[in-house]
Amino acid sequence: MSNQPVDQSRRTWVTMACAAGGVGGVATAIPFVSTFQPSERARAAGAAVEADISALKPGEMMTVEWRGKPVWIIKRTPEQVAGLAKIDGELADPKSERKPSELTPEYARNEHRSIKPDVMVAVGICTHLGCSPSSKFQSGPQASLPDNWPGGFLCPCHGSTFDLAGRVFKNKPAPDNLEVPPHMYLSDTKLLIGEDKKA
Amino acid sequence: MAEMKQAPAGASAGEKLLNWVDNRFPASKLYKEHLSEYYAPKNFNFWYFFGSLALLVLVIQIVTGIFLVMNYKPDAAVAFASVEYIMRDVPWGWLIRYMHSTGASAFFIVVYLHMYRGLIYGSYRTPRELVWIFGCLIFLCLMAEAFMGYLLPWGQMSYWGAQVIINLFSAIPFVGPDLAILIRGDYVVGDATLNRFFSLHVIAVPLVLLGLVVAHIIALHEVGSNNPDGVEIKQGPKDANGHPLDGVPFHPYYSVHDIVGVVGFLICFTAVIFFMPEFGGYFLEYNNFIPADPFKTPPHIAPVWYFTPFYSMLRATTDQMVQVLCVIVGLAAVLNLIKGKGTGQTKMAGLVGAAVLIALLKVFEAKFWGVAVMGGAVVILAGLPWFDKSPVKSIRYRPDWHKIVYAVFVVNFVILGYLGVQPPSEIGGIVSQVGTLLYFGFFVLMPWWSQIGTFKQVPDRVTFKPH
Repeated sequence: MSNQPVDQSRRTWVTMACAAGGVGGVATAIPFVSTFQPSERARAAGAAVEADISALKPGEMMTVEWRGKPVWIIKRTPEQVAGLAKIDGELADPKSERKPSELTPEYARNEHRSIKPDVMVAVGICTHLGCSPSSKFQSGPQASLPDNWPGGFLCPCHGSTFDLAGRVFKNKPAPDNLEVPPHMYLSDTKLLIGEDKKA
Repeated sequence: MAEMKQAPAGASAGEKLLNWVDNRFPASKLYKEHLSEYYAPKNFNFWYFFGSLALLVLVIQIVTGIFLVMNYKPDAAVAFASVEYIMRDVPWGWLIRYMHSTGASAFFIVVYLHMYRGLIYGSYRTPRELVWIFGCLIFLCLMAEAFMGYLLPWGQMSYWGAQVIINLFSAIPFVGPDLAILIRGDYVVGDATLNRFFSLHVIAVPLVLLGLVVAHIIALHEVGSNNPDGVEIKQGPKDANGHPLDGVPFHPYYSVHDIVGVVGFLICFTAVIFFMPEFGGYFLEYNNFIPADPFKTPPHIAPVWYFTPFYSMLRATTDQMVQVLCVIVGLAAVLNLIKGKGTGQTKMAGLVGAAVLIALLKVFEAKFWGVAVMGGAVVILAGLPWFDKSPVKSIRYRPDWHKIVYAVFVVNFVILGYLGVQPPSEIGGIVSQVGTLLYFGFFVLMPWWSQIGTFKQVPDRVTFKPH
């Protein structure tokens, strides 16, 4: 080590030059990191989609694509709708109170999580890690499911289960109910997914 | 300018050329330092093959990768078809691709065995901490490389595996969802994701990996290799030239010795390539022969085998598990209060720290902690040099029951790996929760258990029987 006294004015200059260089470096990094964001094309693809549900029979479900995600439209039978309230005790969030602004629009914050009691609309992406759960509408004992299974969805990746209103069962990896996307009825049999009345 | 050396009188043309180069580039110096005069302990055993084998697999992956890129198309619309094109239409393309896909699994087999060697012989201990840490970083890079490479064939497993792993990041509080979008470049895994993963897989990560491998070897050659006895040969007796008596030059002794390992490895490697390239669905999963479909998750998705122990720990972290973790943290703090050696202040700090940790465990959802557990399981490896407080390095001179501890650790790791391949089940969930606690317990409690027991006398010189 040199034992010459430190020239403070030079040291200040070195510090400032390094700081200026650092600022330049960070500024240059911004455009590079920004290229990681969704492109304008990807953003434009997020528009709302229409779905015709006239052919959908009770107990059936259809899937439409919105923002590259599967959106399920499920027409529940009256028995299935009636069954929803009975299993509240087994669900993690039966009243859709968690993150309501993200997961459940105001018009779906009810027992059946839908505008019309029988027609359920939900994004078919598990809130755990984004797999698409499979439909297990048949109730009763079966593989990977409890014996008192009321009918609903099973995520094949980590075993989370959801009821027919997309509500998650207790003590499963998925933290939240399935997302209900913003949607509205254009007519009795036409749904618009991705937009609702207030938007 | 450095002093120019003259070639001795009567030197051959080759010697003169080497002299000319040596005056401009340290060719002979590097050769001596890293090969002909790098003294490695003479008592290396079977476990010491895997370092050089890892290097061999790295070369295989880079060379086959270069040739695959010549025919592969990183475009979501044609990626799957271009891989099938390589398999069916490119002359010998199937061989290059199977070498690369089998090479990926071989890399992990070799590296896991290489790490196991370091674990049992204490190769991470002073002064080899940085060798070990560079190694951990290589392991991390390798995982990133394998994960991004697996997306490229654009099959169902590629797609849904990437979907799950990228969504892991969205579990991070506050910034998670935006971070996941930044990684994907779209709201779901798509063409943008495929393109950037291709770029990272073929350029960015391999560059970092190569740099780390060089750092790993430079650090190793600075401190010298450990050996199965954990004896420092540099501290032992030396010959007239100052070279350790228990060491032999890497070249020709170990370079020739390693050829045996290479031949053995290539026999297994080529057997897999030619007779069972999918390896029963473990090296190439069957679902990956179906093109990616964003609307249909395969009924059972599992990562490739080398990720499954960590994946099991992710799945094990449910709400119940977080409760258990809270209890464990609380108990540890109380135990520290009663039996700990620290002052009143450090005990209070421990108590406050535990309270904060329990609060955090309760505040953030189990999903985030699952990610934290999985990441922690990899990162915790880097702490080994500081966890291990045993007075001897090698397992050979440790109390016999330590061998049982290591055996339990290895068996537990294999069980976790097995469960990670299986569909989720109730019993499997409980077993993997116990396994996760065992895995972390091994490391976290090591400062205590590694000191307990009767240690055997470490010899002054390595044990070696000439053939």
